[in-house]
Amino acid sequence: MIGANHRPEMKAKIIITPKKAVLDPQGKTVQDALQHMGYQGVGAVHVGKYLEVELTGSDKESARKQIDEACHKFLSNPVIEDYKLEIAD
Amino acid sequence: MNFAVLQFPASNCDQDAVHAVRLLGHSARFVWHKENSLGDTDAVLVPGGFSYGDYLRCGAIARFSPVMQAVKQFADNGGLVLGICNGFQVLCEAGLLPGALIRNRSLQFRCEQVFLKTTTTESPFTNQIPAGKLLRVPIAHGEGCYFADTDTISTLKSNNQILWQYVNAAGELTDIANPNGAVDNIAGICNKTRNVAGLMPHPERACEALLGSTDGRLIFESLFHALKNRPTSKAA
Repeated sequence: MIGANHRPEMKAKIIITPKKAVLDPQGKTVQDALQHMGYQGVGAVHVGKYLEVELTGSDKESARKQIDEACHKFLSNPVIEDYKLEIAD
Repeated sequence: MNFAVLQFPASNCDQDAVHAVRLLGHSARFVWHKENSLGDTDAVLVPGGFSYGDYLRCGAIARFSPVMQAVKQFADNGGLVLGICNGFQVLCEAGLLPGALIRNRSLQFRCEQVFLKTTTTESPFTNQIPAGKLLRVPIAHGEGCYFADTDTISTLKSNNQILWQYVNAAGELTDIANPNGAVDNIAGICNKTRNVAGLMPHPERACEALLGSTDGRLIFESLFHALKNRPTSKAA
């Protein structure tokens, strides 16, 4: 349903990772597999998620404020996750 | 007593929850996630399943549904709310219970019978459980590992908010008896005001001898008892 006049002008790029204190069995399993495959110098692995949100408008600051709130309230769970937000053109 | 059992898209223990309440002689009805009101309700059950496909995080989307706003209000007014499995995840996401439920330590979906120790009988969810009695109930989850930071865990302990813990058949809190890696073997907790609780195991699947255990009844009977003896008429 995205029409021509809703062409995204900006993109929010959000990286969500488990907090350091939280058990990350996925990360541990991937780490074990990498080491098992013979990759050298592999340390802790953290498995998170990456979200891209297309945005209309050109006001980066207001977009950041809005998406930052959404990250805190909904897209990540502050009890178990950290996030990094970038607003890109 | 009238029980409201919530239904989200992909709830799948809603029928079992309604069945259990009716089997035990009370009335229960479904409340669709788009409803703004709970109607004439004495207690709310948030059932298990995979609400909204468990997309983003388990319970993350369900918490913003219209019916959850009504549940929040109901809970704020002292109404009794019990979340089972996915329902527990929804209540944590909604901030009605502290902490979060993350991927099982084993990365496996665990579907088996467990033993629960009731840590306190001083709650509307445990008051009919005989002291020292272990409950044999099933679990079925992939994301049931209870996590909260150390401050939250010590607050839970000092307020006596931990209701159930995973134990072995001898009633001991061991690591092997912990099916998902939950902090301190925590299987279920309540909020500070003790009217909202959640647990990963399924008491509604342990109410008939045919299903292998009737221990789940004790949790429902605790609720019935609490409702019967509540000081005021209705919560909200």
